[in-house]
Amino acid sequence: MSRIGVFVCWCGENIARTVDVQKVVDACAELPGVRSAQHYKYMCSDPGQAMIRAQIASEKLDGVVVASCSPHMHLKTFRRAVAAAGLNPYLLEMANIREQCSWVHHDKGQATDKAIELIGLSVAKARFDRSLKPIRVPVTRRALVIGGGVAGIQAALDIADSGYEVVLVERDPSIGGKMAGLSETFPTLDCSQCILTPRMVEAGQHPRIRLYTYSEVEGVDGFIGNFKVTIRQKARYVDMSKCTGCGECSKVCPLKRNLSEFDYGMGMRPAIYMPFPQAVPARPVIDKKTCAKIIRNGCGLCEKKCAPGAIRFDDTDKMVEEQVGAIVVATGYKLYDIGREQNSSKLRGYGEYGYGKYKDVIDALQFERLISASGPTNGELKRPSDGKIPRKVVFISCVGSRDNAKGLAYCSKICCMYTAKHTMLYRHKVHSGEAHVFYMDIRAGGKGYDEFVRRAIEQDGAKYYRGRVSKVTQENGKLIVRGADTLAGIPVTIEADMVVLAAAMRPADGVAELAQKLNVGYDEFGFLLESHPKLRPVETNSAGVFVCGACQAPKDIPEAVAQASAAASKVAVTFAATELTREPEIAHINEQTCAACFACVRTCPYHAVEKAEIRARNGALIKHTARVNPGLCMGCGTCVAVCPSKSADIEGFSEEEIYSMVEALA
Amino acid sequence: MAAHMDIPPSRLMRLLQLGDGASALRAGSIWQCVSCQTCATRCPKKVDCAAVMDALRQLAFERGAASPGERRTVLFQRAFLDNIRRNGRLNEIELIGAFKGMVFLRDRSLPFLFRDAGLAPRLQKRRKLHLLGEKARDRGVVARIFARAGYGGAQ
Amino acid sequence: MNLGYYPGCALHGSSNDYEQSLRACLGALDVTLAEIDDWICCGATSAHSLNHKLAIALPARNLALAHRQGHAEMLAPCPMCSMQLLRAAQAMASDHGLRAEISEMVEAEVNSGPRVLNLIQVFQHVGLDKLKAAVRTPLKDLKPACYYGCLLVRPPTVVDFDDAEQPTSMEAIVAALGAKPVEWSYKTECCGAGMTMSKTETVLELSGRILANAAAHGANCLVVACPMCHVNLDMKQGAIEEFLGTKFGLPIYYLSDIVGMALGLSAGDLGTDRHFVLGGQN
Repeated sequence: MSRIGVFVCWCGENIARTVDVQKVVDACAELPGVRSAQHYKYMCSDPGQAMIRAQIASEKLDGVVVASCSPHMHLKTFRRAVAAAGLNPYLLEMANIREQCSWVHHDKGQATDKAIELIGLSVAKARFDRSLKPIRVPVTRRALVIGGGVAGIQAALDIADSGYEVVLVERDPSIGGKMAGLSETFPTLDCSQCILTPRMVEAGQHPRIRLYTYSEVEGVDGFIGNFKVTIRQKARYVDMSKCTGCGECSKVCPLKRNLSEFDYGMGMRPAIYMPFPQAVPARPVIDKKTCAKIIRNGCGLCEKKCAPGAIRFDDTDKMVEEQVGAIVVATGYKLYDIGREQNSSKLRGYGEYGYGKYKDVIDALQFERLISASGPTNGELKRPSDGKIPRKVVFISCVGSRDNAKGLAYCSKICCMYTAKHTMLYRHKVHSGEAHVFYMDIRAGGKGYDEFVRRAIEQDGAKYYRGRVSKVTQENGKLIVRGADTLAGIPVTIEADMVVLAAAMRPADGVAELAQKLNVGYDEFGFLLESHPKLRPVETNSAGVFVCGACQAPKDIPEAVAQASAAASKVAVTFAATELTREPEIAHINEQTCAACFACVRTCPYHAVEKAEIRARNGALIKHTARVNPGLCMGCGTCVAVCPSKSADIEGFSEEEIYSMVEALA
Repeated sequence: MAAHMDIPPSRLMRLLQLGDGASALRAGSIWQCVSCQTCATRCPKKVDCAAVMDALRQLAFERGAASPGERRTVLFQRAFLDNIRRNGRLNEIELIGAFKGMVFLRDRSLPFLFRDAGLAPRLQKRRKLHLLGEKARDRGVVARIFARAGYGGAQ
Repeated sequence: MNLGYYPGCALHGSSNDYEQSLRACLGALDVTLAEIDDWICCGATSAHSLNHKLAIALPARNLALAHRQGHAEMLAPCPMCSMQLLRAAQAMASDHGLRAEISEMVEAEVNSGPRVLNLIQVFQHVGLDKLKAAVRTPLKDLKPACYYGCLLVRPPTVVDFDDAEQPTSMEAIVAALGAKPVEWSYKTECCGAGMTMSKTETVLELSGRILANAAAHGANCLVVACPMCHVNLDMKQGAIEEFLGTKFGLPIYYLSDIVGMALGLSAGDLGTDRHFVLGGQN
C-alpha cells in the first residue's frame, strides 16, 4: 500500500493565478495511494522543503509528488530535500503544472482540471517507483589530449600540473600547431613562437606528459573513466633514441625542392626534414612520398652521413594502446581552400581572385610565413613571383566566410583582427608601403581589439574600403584589384603588388572521422558540437569527451587557451573522485527472458549494449544475452522500443510505470 | 557599369530594403545596366541582382516612371519588342527605322537620326543588309502570346 | 551527329556570316543541322527587361516546337538565345504549374527536352581528338585571345557550363588546332551587348577595354562565340579606334571560323571575307 505525499506549489502568482490550488489539493487527497496533500506558496524555499521533510517523517511517506515548475528547475533541489529526510531520492516525482499548465492556459477551470490530471499521472507513476542507487564506475585518472596546438598544449599542461598523466597525440611531426607558424599575434604583437615555444618545451619535457608526435588516434573503445585508445605512430624512419637532432641529414639530402607544409608552400624543404628549427621534438622525419630510398631504393645519403646511425629505412607504423579516463579534443583548424577543388559540392572556390593562377595572390597563413622572422624569406616580405618587395598590398576580408552562395555561411571571427595586424606588420617592415583593406564589416569585439584596429587605420595608415572586391587580374606584373567603397558609392581600383586573402577558418581535415570514433556530434561545417553553447561550452554529449579550441568554432588564441584550461578543469572534476557516479535511470535487460536477437545492440546510439554469455560453473555455455554497460547507457529507451521479448526496460521509467500513467488518464 | 551609374546596384538594393521603391524606379542605373549577370554570379548572399534590375525595368516601364535621361534605351527595347510582335522575328531595318524615328520625334536630333547611315552601304557590300527581313509564318500566335503576357507597348 | 538548329534573329540578320561559317565548318565535320521550323525570336534583352512572362514564353515556344519536331538536342549558337532557352527550361522544369501555364500561352506543349547546346559544346561532342586528327592547316601563326563574353558562362546556376571565372573550354579547342591562345584578363567581361544602337558610348568603352587588353597580352586576333560581341568588336572596331585614338587591327573570328580554317576551308567558304576587320587569312 502506498503512502504518497502530494505537495502543490503556488509559485507565488505563477501557478495560483491560473490554477485553483486549494481545489487541486482537495482533489488529490482523494487519489488512491495518497496519504496527504499539502500546498505552499514557494515549495522550493527553505520552509517549503522543511514541510516536505516534516511530512515524510510524520506520515511515514514512501513516495513524494511535488506539483510545481519544470524538473529542469528544481529536480535536484527536491531530491536532496527528500534524501535529507531519509527517503530514497528516486521515490520523488515532479508534476509540471507551471510550464505545461498555468503558463500556457487562460481558462482557470480547464487549467485546474488539467493540473489535477497531471498530478494524477505522477501519483500513478510514483506508486511503482523503486529505490535506486546511483551507479559507480571506476576511473582511470589519465587523460588523452588529441592535437598539439596551443589549445592542446595548454590543456595538457593544466591536466599534468594537476597531478595526472597526459597522453598528447599530434598528427604533425612537431607540436605547436598553427600558432608556431604565425609571425606576431594580436593585440599585443608578441612574437608568436617566442610565447609559444616555452610552452612547447614544457610540454615536451613534462614528467607527466607522454608525447606521441607524427601519430594519430586510430580507435577509441570504452566509456568515461575507462577509455581504451589505439594510437598509430607513423613511421618517421628516424630512431628517436639515437638521433641527436644535429641536422646533417637534411644538409646532404639531394631532394631539396619539396613544398614545405609548415610554410604553406612559400618555401621548400628536403625529403628528410625538421618541420621548423624550434620543433618539439627537435628530430627530423622522412617524407615517404618523395624519399628516393623509400620509393626506389636509391640515394641513402642521409643514412651514410648519420654518425649515431639513427636513420632506419625499415621503420614501420606502430600501434600503441593507452588507457585513459577522459579525452580532450583540440584538433584545431585549417584555412578554406580558395581554389576550385573542394571537398563539398556546396563550395565553389573563388576563381575571381586568381588564387593559384597568380603567384602573388596568397592567403593569410602564407603571408604570416613571409613576414615571419624565421620564415622562408627570413622576415623580408618578398613576393613569391619575383622576390621583389611589394609597395602596395591589398588585403581582402571575408573570402569564403559569410557566403551563402559558394562558401561558408558563418563568420570566421579572427580575420578582421589579423588583417589589421597584417597591415601594421607590413607597414612596420615597408615604411613606404601602402596597405589597402577591403572589408564588409569590422568585427573587433575582444579586450583592446577595437583600439587595435583603429591604431592600424589612424597610426599605421592602413586604408580601409567598405566593399567587396569583384575581380583580381594581372597586367604587366601588377595585380589589378577591382572593388568598391559603398560608403562613398564609388568603384575603387588598386594596382597592387600583392594580394592577401583572409580565407575562412574551417575544422582540420579528418575531424569528422575522429568525431565518429569518439561518438561526438558535429555540425554541417564539421565543427564539433558542445553540450550547450552558453552553459557547457567545453563538454560534449559523449561523457568524458571534452573539446577546446578552433575545432569547436572559429576563435582566437586567448579564447582557445581559455577553453583549453576550462576543458582541463572539467577533466580534473572527472578525476576528483576515484569513482564516478551516474544517474541510475538507465536501461537494464532481463537476462532470463532475453532472446539474444541483439536488436538493441544494433540500435543503441551510444554503443552501450554488449553481447554477453552466461556460463555455468564448469564453463559450459548456458545462453547468450544482451547486457547494458551502465557506464555508457544514457537512458534513451531505444532498446526498450525495439526489444521483441520485452526484456529491456528503463529503471525509474519502467513500462509498468508508463502504462499506469496512461491508464490513470483513460 | 557601376562607375557610370547615378545609383550603384548596392545602393539600389538598399533603397529597396528601406522601402523606397520610387527612387529605385526612377534611377538611370537600371537602364545603364547591360545585364552581364556578373552581380548575380558573385553575390555571397545569393541575391539575384540581375533579376531585381529586370523587375525594376519592367515596373518602371509599365508605370511610365523610367528615368528621362535614359529615354533612348527604353525606346530601343520597346521598338525591339514591337518589332517581334509584328514579325515574329527581328527585322533589323524596320527596327532601326522605328527606333531612330521615335527618338527623333522626342529629341529632334538630326545627327542621331543620320548617325550610322554610312553603315548601310558597308553592310550591303558584305551582304549583311536584308531589306526585306524574315518573318515567322504563324505571326498570329506571336501576337496572342504578347497579348497574354500583358505587353501593352505603351509609354 | 544530327542536331536541331535554332539560329536566332542575329544569324539570319546582319550576323549571317556566323551562320555561313558554322554551316560550312560543321558540314565538314559531318554534323547535320535541322533548322527548327517556324522558330520565333527568343526575346533577347528586351523581353527580360520589359516583360517577365514574355521572357519565358518566347523561348518556351521554341523549345516546344523543337521537341515536337523530334529533336533531342538543339544548337543555339547565340549565347543570348541559349541562355534564355536554358533559363526558361529551368524555370519550367522546377515549376510544373508554370510549365502548364506557359504551354497554354504559347499554344504548344512544353516538355523537358530538347537539350540546348552552345557551339563550344558541339565541338566538344565531336571530340578534341577527332578535331585534332582532321586538322589540315595547323594555325601556328594565330595567337588568339579567346573571348567568352557574359552569357556563355553566366549565371552558372543556369548555364552550368565551364567555369564562370576562369573558363578554358575555348582555349582547349583552339590549342588542339595548333594555335597559341594567350592568357588575358577580359575573357568574360561584357562588351556592351545590345547598347550598340541606344548607347554607343557604353559599347565603345567596354569593347575598347577588351581589345586593348587582348592586344596588351600579345594576341593577334580574338575568337568569339556571340554574334553581338562580334558586331561590337568587329563592326565597331573602327569607331573604337577613333574613340581611343589608337589602332588595333585585330580580326575577330567566330569559333567556327577558326575550326573551319584549320580544316582547310577558305575565307569564301567561311564568310570571313565579310568581316569588317580582315585578317591575314583573307
